[in-house]
Amino acid sequence: MANASYVRDQMLPPQAPPVSEAGVVKWLRENLFSGWFNTILTLVGVVVIYWLVVSALPWWLNSVWNAESLSQCREIVAATAGEGATGACWAMIRERWHQFIFGFYPPELWWRPVMAFGLLFAAMAPVLFAGQKKNLTLILGAVGLFLLVTLGLAGAPMGGWIASLVLVGGLIALVQVMPGRLLWFTAIYPALCFWLLWGGSVWTPIVAMLGFVVMGGAYLALVGRLGPTASALIGVFLAVFWWLFLDIPITTALASMIGGGLDQVDSDQFGGFLLAITIGVTAITFSLPIGILLALGRQSDMLIVKTLCVGFIEFIRGVPLITLLFTASLLLQYFLPPGTNFDIILRVIILVTLFAAAYLAEVIRGGLAALPRGQYEAADALGLDYWRAQRLIILPQALKISIPAIVSTFIGLFKDTTLVAFVGLMDPLKGVTQIVRADIDWKGIYWEPYIFVGAIFFVICFGMSRYSMYLERKLKTDHR
Amino acid sequence: MSEHAIDRSKMKVSDEVAIQISAMNKWYGTFHVLRDINMTVQRGERIVICGPSGSGKSTLIRCINRLEEHQQGQIVVDGTELTNDLKNIDKVRSEVGMVFQHFNLFPHLTILENCTLAPIWVRKVPKKEAEETAMHFLRKVKIPEQANKYPGQLSGGQQQRVAIARSLCMRPRIMLFDEPTSALDPEMIKEVLDTMIELAEEGMTMLCVTHEMGFAQAVANRVIFMDQGQIVEQNEPKEFFNNPKSERTKLFLSQILGH
Repeated sequence: MANASYVRDQMLPPQAPPVSEAGVVKWLRENLFSGWFNTILTLVGVVVIYWLVVSALPWWLNSVWNAESLSQCREIVAATAGEGATGACWAMIRERWHQFIFGFYPPELWWRPVMAFGLLFAAMAPVLFAGQKKNLTLILGAVGLFLLVTLGLAGAPMGGWIASLVLVGGLIALVQVMPGRLLWFTAIYPALCFWLLWGGSVWTPIVAMLGFVVMGGAYLALVGRLGPTASALIGVFLAVFWWLFLDIPITTALASMIGGGLDQVDSDQFGGFLLAITIGVTAITFSLPIGILLALGRQSDMLIVKTLCVGFIEFIRGVPLITLLFTASLLLQYFLPPGTNFDIILRVIILVTLFAAAYLAEVIRGGLAALPRGQYEAADALGLDYWRAQRLIILPQALKISIPAIVSTFIGLFKDTTLVAFVGLMDPLKGVTQIVRADIDWKGIYWEPYIFVGAIFFVICFGMSRYSMYLERKLKTDHR
Repeated sequence: MSEHAIDRSKMKVSDEVAIQISAMNKWYGTFHVLRDINMTVQRGERIVICGPSGSGKSTLIRCINRLEEHQQGQIVVDGTELTNDLKNIDKVRSEVGMVFQHFNLFPHLTILENCTLAPIWVRKVPKKEAEETAMHFLRKVKIPEQANKYPGQLSGGQQQRVAIARSLCMRPRIMLFDEPTSALDPEMIKEVLDTMIELAEEGMTMLCVTHEMGFAQAVANRVIFMDQGQIVEQNEPKEFFNNPKSERTKLFLSQILGH
């Protein structure tokens, strides 16, 4: 018989682990050589990597940066590395990089997209790093430095150079005092960017932005009497009316009174990453709010709202993006009143936005569905109305859950911008590469343009991916 | 139960009617969950509702702040009838606090933000004032030091006390408790019950769905027993526990007090 009574009279302190539980040896044994099968896999892996490096390395090492044409490249490779050796011909990038970046945008005006690109980060910063004074200052400082150098290289007129540096300096000062107010710059940035890219009268972006003022004004004037939903609808209706019928006459009238503006650049001169980033960033910006509204609409108790949202989402998701792009380039012309010249890039942006919004709606709906019923009930029980409950309780949590999937959609959207090649726009991958390869000097070049374009896409998409991981870490408060 | 003697002196019941439910019926689809409920709650009353699971007790108190919709009859809370009118619903909800079985704190907000959110957005209280009120009630439930943590960092008992403080920050006139201790470990039940007893001592009108019969005996001035969607028996706690009239009540009490 064992004695059932036992009392510990001394508690044991923790002790250091044995050697086999720590250090490099443990890591190697656990990760690479645990068992004979894993050891074989490790060895096979090493062989494959070695083979890849050995076959690709000479091509990279024999790269040629200075040449007039592909045949010259090959001569140089043959002369330096011997007959039959392969080598990359980056000389093509050196000569044609600007087409990959700007398309046929007039060289003397390159400073405008460059400036828009730099300021894009200043506009995104307060959204991406809300309230973090140090990060905001760092980003704005980098933007200032970037503009100082690149605007100089792009030969910007003195006025534009100084204006952008003063602007960035002012924003840095603003961040030190009131970081939240930086969002005002974010709000006006779309108009500024549009004006920088396409040029034209200075009144065009101002009058277009006034449409939003009309929308907000109508909402604020009516919300007391009609409630948020009805006044928001009326506001949107008035704004659309403004853009469709009042915008152009007012702009023309103002421009005839007070001139001033930038040289106009037509949409068919856009190309390369300028085009991809313009479409991508605009579509990302606008698809998120539309996607949120669609997701909420799909969960609504109101039958008509719900049916419309479901119908829209399922229709858009059921149709290939290319079909929508063809619609943008051909069919929309038939539906619009005759004589309206609706810019092709704008049309493409609208359809890419709607396409992404439908996907986002489903992603966000997943996030909404993942929230326990109790969150809605607690918000209701505290007396929060529908919109406040959504904004303060439901969406912050649902969006947080959906961050990885939302960013995936954004990355997909950004890469899908290359599909605009099918409606005759000059995307960096197919459009520009085709033009370069059609040149007699560079005929037959194959890997280099795709690697170059792929690398830039990778940098941008990887950036988005890292940001999403940072955001997930930052917002992690559930301590599960 | 609580170590200190419970002070029943302030637990006065006034003649004023806080909640009036008459001939109320509710269905889930074809299932008749609440059948002909008639009930009057006076201001300052502490009512414990008990009964077997599925008897409709949670549904009943969830009808009082319209988390559930009733199909027939009338519910009047503080003089406001609950109908489809959203304004009335929001008005009732801001007067009636609710504590849930699973706490339902907002995990993305700190404890302090959980407590100030509704006062700031519904009552339009300035942020500073709302924070002072929140700290007052957090001190009352004895966790002011946790104010800047997130709900996930707190124990179950602490979370439930925060949930009570969050409700109190809206200065409700009626508090509903939906099995507030059922999801807690035994050692944490007491701290939540103590908080509720303190609240009762201050004269709060309380409706509490619970199986804590000790709490019912100590605090309640009426115990309601429900079965199959109906009020089967109600009485003062002493009478209810010592001398139950209905067979169903006797069976239920023997099952939960039997061991």
